Amino acid sequence: MKPLLKIKNITMKFGSLVANEDVSFTIHENEIVSLIGPNGAGKTTLFNCITGFYRPFSGRVVYDGRDITGMTSYEICSLGITRTFQIVKTLNEMTVEENVMTGAFLHTRSRKKAAEITEDILDLTGIIPKKNMLGANLTIADRKRVEIARALATNPRILMLDECMAGLNQTEIKDVMHLCLKLKKKGLSLLIVEHIMEAIMPISDNIVVLNAGKKITEGMPQDVVNNEEVIKAYLGDRYHAKSKKS
Amino acid sequence: MVKNKKALFILIAVLALLPLFTQTKALLNAIILLLIFATLGEAWNLITGFAGQTSFGHAAFFGIGAYASAVIFYRYGVTPWLGMVLGGIIASIIAGIMSYPCFRLKGHYFAIATLAVAEIIKQIFVSWNYVEGATGISIPIIHRSSGFAQRLFYLQFNDKLPWVYICLMLFALVIFLCSYLENSKMGYYLKAIRESHEVAEAIGINPTNYKLYAMIISAFISALCGSIYAQYILYIDPFMMFSLDISMKIVLLTVLGGIGNIYGPIIGAAIFIPLSEFTRIKLGGSGTGIDLMIYGLVIVLITCFQPKGVIGIVEMLANKYKRQKTGGEGKIEATS
Repeated sequence: MKPLLKIKNITMKFGSLVANEDVSFTIHENEIVSLIGPNGAGKTTLFNCITGFYRPFSGRVVYDGRDITGMTSYEICSLGITRTFQIVKTLNEMTVEENVMTGAFLHTRSRKKAAEITEDILDLTGIIPKKNMLGANLTIADRKRVEIARALATNPRILMLDECMAGLNQTEIKDVMHLCLKLKKKGLSLLIVEHIMEAIMPISDNIVVLNAGKKITEGMPQDVVNNEEVIKAYLGDRYHAKSKKS
Repeated sequence: MVKNKKALFILIAVLALLPLFTQTKALLNAIILLLIFATLGEAWNLITGFAGQTSFGHAAFFGIGAYASAVIFYRYGVTPWLGMVLGGIIASIIAGIMSYPCFRLKGHYFAIATLAVAEIIKQIFVSWNYVEGATGISIPIIHRSSGFAQRLFYLQFNDKLPWVYICLMLFALVIFLCSYLENSKMGYYLKAIRESHEVAEAIGINPTNYKLYAMIISAFISALCGSIYAQYILYIDPFMMFSLDISMKIVLLTVLGGIGNIYGPIIGAAIFIPLSEFTRIKLGGSGTGIDLMIYGLVIVLITCFQPKGVIGIVEMLANKYKRQKTGGEGKIEATS
């Protein structure tokens, strides 16, 4: 597999607070990478550094052989890296269809072509029945789906999902998992930030664990869950003790 | 979209037939002003209704357009048609220059900045001798025996009817342009920027550029209206053309009609302009401001109960009717 996105020694500071310290990892083509870590570990900050919402203090982001550090977020998006937001930002005064269509216009001027892309994406994400509803009237699960659909409509090579399963019920989480696998099959790479272990363990190819801004380990899902440091930092001491006993 | 176009044609046909039923000067005057302000409202709607950047300074572009055509006619005898285009270009350039730094400001601060810019431009015109400063310009009248072709060339008529059709033509062009833009990539992008700056950036939109395009188009249209207005009333001065009153009128009538909707400005103008003309005629000088008082009340009521304006009320009623017709199973689309 060819490496697609290389994150090299990213450090991000807000004043004296170090949100990310020397984080490096690689996303390969057609791979699902998950970024986990307790609250405040710096996952969203790292997301923002990669997508150009923040300019990292030091370090490089290299996409497909090209240094994209410090580029604006819209330039990065048009190169093929699209993100969603942890706090969903549905375009409230627009319908679901219009929400997705806005994304679909990225690589075309033609309304007809954008409508075709939108139709495909709506179908893929399963929100066709709600396409005429206003963003403001959607439930949280649908909002998250629209968030993903809108990002997908920009036809990215890497899709970055920021806690797109939080607050969903079991069935809805399963839907999103299936969607992720479907996207992988279509050749996309995914970077997922998530807390729900049951959901990401089965679908991830690689897991990166952050704690207090630093990367503590990286590896296959089964290796990561058995890593002592991870259990201590992420799953808590109680779970740590339990795992020792067994 | 096809349905949309049909409605537009009907609207324009109705407006075109309207003057045939009346020859009253006061009424024709009201129709002309109505069309000019509706066009201004459309222009303002582009930047504020679609892109969400509140501008309180559109009188600046209106005034620049008026001055451009008036000055080159007054000084050099050049046809106002050319002045109109020139005014549009100057207004666009100024809009571009002022917007680029102002777009760094968000929300209220952008609105305040536009207010300040309009005031600065007014002060410049007040103390600028080349444009006759505070005295204003009386546009030279062409000979009364001039033929229609000549009158059209110099944009001066001794009758109100041609004005109605010139204004209507401009309005029709602008509303079709707005309708086209609304359904194009640019329209979608502007709305996305209005709803969320961050989402816009995350899906590959450069917000500054698109806001700039909207502002430039908006300023160009406003300037055209200014030129036509100047030629129509034949006298301009900075206090009249750059007044806050005009900026506010544009804002209020669009909000009343329905902000972010292409029919909003024409509906708002159709309520507001006849009201102000009527009070002006009936009450004369002593009644100045009464229209604004009534109008203020209407605005307060509208914004309290239906922030989408008259259009919002119509939509609400239409939805209710639809739901009744389908036995309470109407879709919940487009209500909020």
